[in-house]
Amino acid sequence: MEFNAIYVLVAREFKKFIRERSRLVSAIARPLLWLFLVGAGMSRLVSPKAGMPYTQFIFPGILGMTILFSSIFSSISIIWDKEFGFFKEILAAPVSRLSIVIGKGLSGTVVSTIQASIVLLLFPVLGLKLGLFQILEVLIIAIAVSFCISTFGILLATFYESYESFSVIMNFIVMPMFFLSGAMYPVKLLPKPLAVATKLNPLTYGIDALKNAIFPLEEGPMSADFSLVTDMAVILFLSFTFVVIAARLFERKK
Amino acid sequence: MSIIRVENLVKSYGGLTAIDGISFEVEEGTIFGFLGPNGAGKTTTINVLCTLISATSGKAFINGHDCAKEPSNVRKSIGIVFQDTTLDKDLTARENLVFHAYLYGVKKSEIRTRVHDALTFVGLYERKDDLVKKYSGGMKRRLEVARGLIHRPRVLFLDEPTLGLDPQSRANLWGVITEMPKKHNVTIFMTTHYMEEAEVCDNIAIIDNGKIIAEGSPEELKKTVGGDVISLRTRDNHWSRQEIKKMFGIDSEEKDGELYLTTGRGDACIPELIRGLGDMVLSVKLQRPTINDVFLKLTGKAIRDEDVSGMSNIKEEVRAYRRRH
Ligand SMILES: Nc1ncnc2c1ncn2[C@@H]1O[C@H](COP(=O)(O)OP(=O)(O)OP(=O)(O)O)[C@@H](O)[C@H]1O
Ligand SMILES: [Mg+2]
Repeated sequence: MEFNAIYVLVAREFKKFIRERSRLVSAIARPLLWLFLVGAGMSRLVSPKAGMPYTQFIFPGILGMTILFSSIFSSISIIWDKEFGFFKEILAAPVSRLSIVIGKGLSGTVVSTIQASIVLLLFPVLGLKLGLFQILEVLIIAIAVSFCISTFGILLATFYESYESFSVIMNFIVMPMFFLSGAMYPVKLLPKPLAVATKLNPLTYGIDALKNAIFPLEEGPMSADFSLVTDMAVILFLSFTFVVIAARLFERKK
Repeated sequence: MSIIRVENLVKSYGGLTAIDGISFEVEEGTIFGFLGPNGAGKTTTINVLCTLISATSGKAFINGHDCAKEPSNVRKSIGIVFQDTTLDKDLTARENLVFHAYLYGVKKSEIRTRVHDALTFVGLYERKDDLVKKYSGGMKRRLEVARGLIHRPRVLFLDEPTLGLDPQSRANLWGVITEMPKKHNVTIFMTTHYMEEAEVCDNIAIIDNGKIIAEGSPEELKKTVGGDVISLRTRDNHWSRQEIKKMFGIDSEEKDGELYLTTGRGDACIPELIRGLGDMVLSVKLQRPTINDVFLKLTGKAIRDEDVSGMSNIKEEVRAYRRRH
């Protein structure tokens, strides 16, 4: 593995992230809109069953959403790089495809974790009480989930050559992933077919891990659906799988 | 030693054979020109040599490494300027080069000087902190050449480096390219369709429909289509013809009031001609066969339509002649 290459891929992403103000602004605006417009509206409709307001319940889901969008966005930039030729510069270098995938995966992880951390700062506003340990736990989970979703995004990017596919990916992959992730409602309350689809979604386990960390003592319908160990095992296993498959696909020569 | 060796290389896409059994060698430290019309298979050949695509059959070696079996060693030995730009336009020129240096594992302590030297070499140091999206086409090309040199490759591939540039940028870039073999100890493999450029190469291979149809130094290739033609206007064509016959033993033809004579080395004849004819000479023109003439003879078509005239070439020669005398 070439660590210089991994380092410089991450550095490039970070530099571009800092430079592109609009990306940062929309990354922060989106969760705010969901929390305070959708969340506040829905909390009138959804009675707090176990004493937890709806805006608090969706907080892990909103963190998950932030991670989902920023990780996918970062990975999908590979398609831009293909379109504008820069990806050839990377592919022609004496760097193993594994390093490229890990480098791009970590790029997404860095920018996505930064954005999730900013959203996390909102917890007192929502009336949540988180201890230092919990905050640390959330951050570690955020890193793992970001890496998992980023590598999933890289896998997607291997199938597309032009940025016109961007809206296809957004509408048919990213949005369904968000809605079928337990972000907005507990998985255990879903009808069977939807519950099955939800269990096939990597993001579900990420959001569930965040629920485990943020509401460790919660029981009843709004509690986490799986154990934290299960969540983390699935996330790590999927990350590993995505990395291996993506590296293989990049290896393919025409 | 041959730094590039290609043996019977074939690349097919389904039913289409993009390269059809080509073989050639490139000597270390030379400029090798790969010449051919659109779709001839130039870029495909470069892609195989750069290990970006695998050949259907045949072998290719760079710096002694097999392109199919040791891609990593091949990649370390080469720099590439692709036909289409591959710069990150949202980064500055310097950042593009630093990125490249890290990607190729250049030692951290050396990156600064190498980036500085490369930018200075192509004359972009002043503009190093500009975003590449603000660069002109010619500047982008030069930046890509600089980037290709950062990791000190043994071979630099240039796929149509001057395509689409204005004459001044072309001349500028061309100056950079011809300096490289000595200054950076690198072998140049370039594709082009500009005849003037092909003629500055040490060796040329002409490719058409995936096959190499001629190979050799520009001089060797041009010899295959006959000698130089000198045309002159004089005060007295009749007298001049007789004098020329006496001096060189050549019969000259008269056409539209001008005299035409065909010789092996026109440039060497002209001084003697002028000494012999003295005041009688009004003007002299030298027309030499071009690589395009070679291509025309071999395939019956011009490489690219816009280059058929070869006029610019003749004007250059005359201008150079005037400067010398
Ligand atoms: N990926 C591909 N799939 C199918 N056919 C291809 C592919 N790449 C190239 N070709 C075909 O192979 C032939 C050679 O193409 P190539 O790009 O090597 O030409 P070229 O000499 O570089 O031309 P140009 O001067 O236009 O750049 C063309 O007929 C082209 O259509
Ligand atoms: Mg080409």
